[in-house]
Amino acid sequence: MADELERPGETPEHEDAEAHLPSPTIWPFGFAGAVALILLGLIISFWATAFGIALAVVFGFLWIRQVTREVRGEPEPLEAPAPGAAEEPVEEPEEAEGYTRSKFLEGATLGLGAAIGAIVTVPVLGFAVAPAFVDQGYPDVDIGPLENYPEEEWQIVTFTSNADKGAVSRRTAFVRNNGLKDQVPSFTIISNRCVHLGCPTQPQGPPGELRDIETSQTPVTLSATTPSGFGCPCHGGAYDIEGNRVAGPPVRALDRYEFSIIDGSLWLGSPYSVSEVEGEGADAVIVKYRPADPGVHVDGPEQVFYPIVP
Amino acid sequence: MPRAKSKRRQQAGHLLMVPVDWLEERSGLVGGLKYFLFRKVPRDSNWFHTLGSATLTAFIVQTVTGVVLAFYYKPSPDEAYASIQFITNDLTLGWLVRGMHRWGASVFIILLFLHMGRVFLFGAYKYPRELNWLLGVGLLVLAMLEGFTGYLLPWDQTAYWATVVGINLNATAPFLGPFLSDFLRGGQEIGTETLSRFYSMHMLLIPGGLIGLIVLHLYLVIRLGVTSPPWSDEAAGRERAEVVTAKRGLVEPRPRGDGSVPSPSEGTLTGEGPR
Repeated sequence: MADELERPGETPEHEDAEAHLPSPTIWPFGFAGAVALILLGLIISFWATAFGIALAVVFGFLWIRQVTREVRGEPEPLEAPAPGAAEEPVEEPEEAEGYTRSKFLEGATLGLGAAIGAIVTVPVLGFAVAPAFVDQGYPDVDIGPLENYPEEEWQIVTFTSNADKGAVSRRTAFVRNNGLKDQVPSFTIISNRCVHLGCPTQPQGPPGELRDIETSQTPVTLSATTPSGFGCPCHGGAYDIEGNRVAGPPVRALDRYEFSIIDGSLWLGSPYSVSEVEGEGADAVIVKYRPADPGVHVDGPEQVFYPIVP
Repeated sequence: MPRAKSKRRQQAGHLLMVPVDWLEERSGLVGGLKYFLFRKVPRDSNWFHTLGSATLTAFIVQTVTGVVLAFYYKPSPDEAYASIQFITNDLTLGWLVRGMHRWGASVFIILLFLHMGRVFLFGAYKYPRELNWLLGVGLLVLAMLEGFTGYLLPWDQTAYWATVVGINLNATAPFLGPFLSDFLRGGQEIGTETLSRFYSMHMLLIPGGLIGLIVLHLYLVIRLGVTSPPWSDEAAGRERAEVVTAKRGLVEPRPRGDGSVPSPSEGTLTGEGPR
């Protein structure tokens, strides 16, 4: 008796209270699995149900046998020898403290809650974020028959860049027909979007009369002009006639558009970004970059800050 | 008898209290509200301490007017501007509610900064209130996001181009900037998705965050109490020093056993005085 009292944290009453708890058992897991198998069998096969019933009976029997061992007065297996009896009650509570039922239930509740939360949250978060990064592409736009673009003349073209989206997708580009270069038509098509922060740049020159022309898509508005360059009213960015930055905060040259000629009409393709243009008109040498947001450097040392452009 | 209430009046008073008592017994809310409203504050707190409540009031005004405006506003590029015109020009008192929301937004931000300045100058951000300062910074950021998202909603030229510039400004942030701008636009170009997601953020997402942070902010204010101003005697510990010396019998000298009264200088020499 004195021996027992000396053990830290162990009092006879404690042992007494512990004695009434059923010892930990693994059989309920098997029983639960068997029940699940029965239910599954109802859907897929009678034999699975039968097997499940058999398993449930076996595991149920083992479970009941384990739980009722004390009541039936059967000696505990293995630890039964009399000399070790004094040691046994010490080890069991320690094990129990390591992983008690309440701890298991706590963990299971938190874990299940987290799993349910994740199942609900992940698709919602994905829906909130992912669609914005899907490459929507740029539909080609018909901006009218070639007769409207005389050689060596600038036109301010306002067009609907995406007919499905309507007026909100109205954009403006400056278009110049450079004539033929090696028997291939050449056009300079500059986006009016300032590459500082995206305001609309204006041609430095008198705008002509506005005229609406029909195309195979939405009508476009043209206006002839004779610019000496382009300027942005927001923060004073200034560009030369090829869209190169000459003053102000912009970080690169104005963006441009691909073009194609289909059935005698000029079509705008995808926009692309440009760092700097060397040469003029049809002789211009341009390095194309993926369309980048205004203010984003596409070359030079600063490009390390924008390693991935969505 | 100083005041004789008629029996009828007393009965009426009891009758009035019945629902209040009913509520209190089942929820404790009345007691909680009393605790919140009548808690102790330093005796030298002053008008500057009301800036926080003023900011909260501005937020409540924004919430109420915003909810009502949402009855009529239509977040689509084709209808947004027209619905704002309708609210302002055609609806009874629409001009007033929209004006309150529009100008109240500025008032809210101004009061936030004044409140922040008060807390800074009074040193009220110091231990143990650092966490509340951080929560307040979060509130400031969310309030400014409210301003940014709300600015687009009228969908006029100013709104559109200011948002174009604002989003592209975000795009220039290193590494994550281009992703942030795509997220804000809801794609590559500003359009329908931009307006509707700005509307959703403006009236659902950010206000939810604001309300949550305000609850935490207030909880900490109630738990930690209000700071005295820097010129406070109490905060400087002067009164506490008086109490200590009074306990030692130095402020009001106690008579000795023989009835003579010791002078204050004597007291300090007896070994009982300050160290």
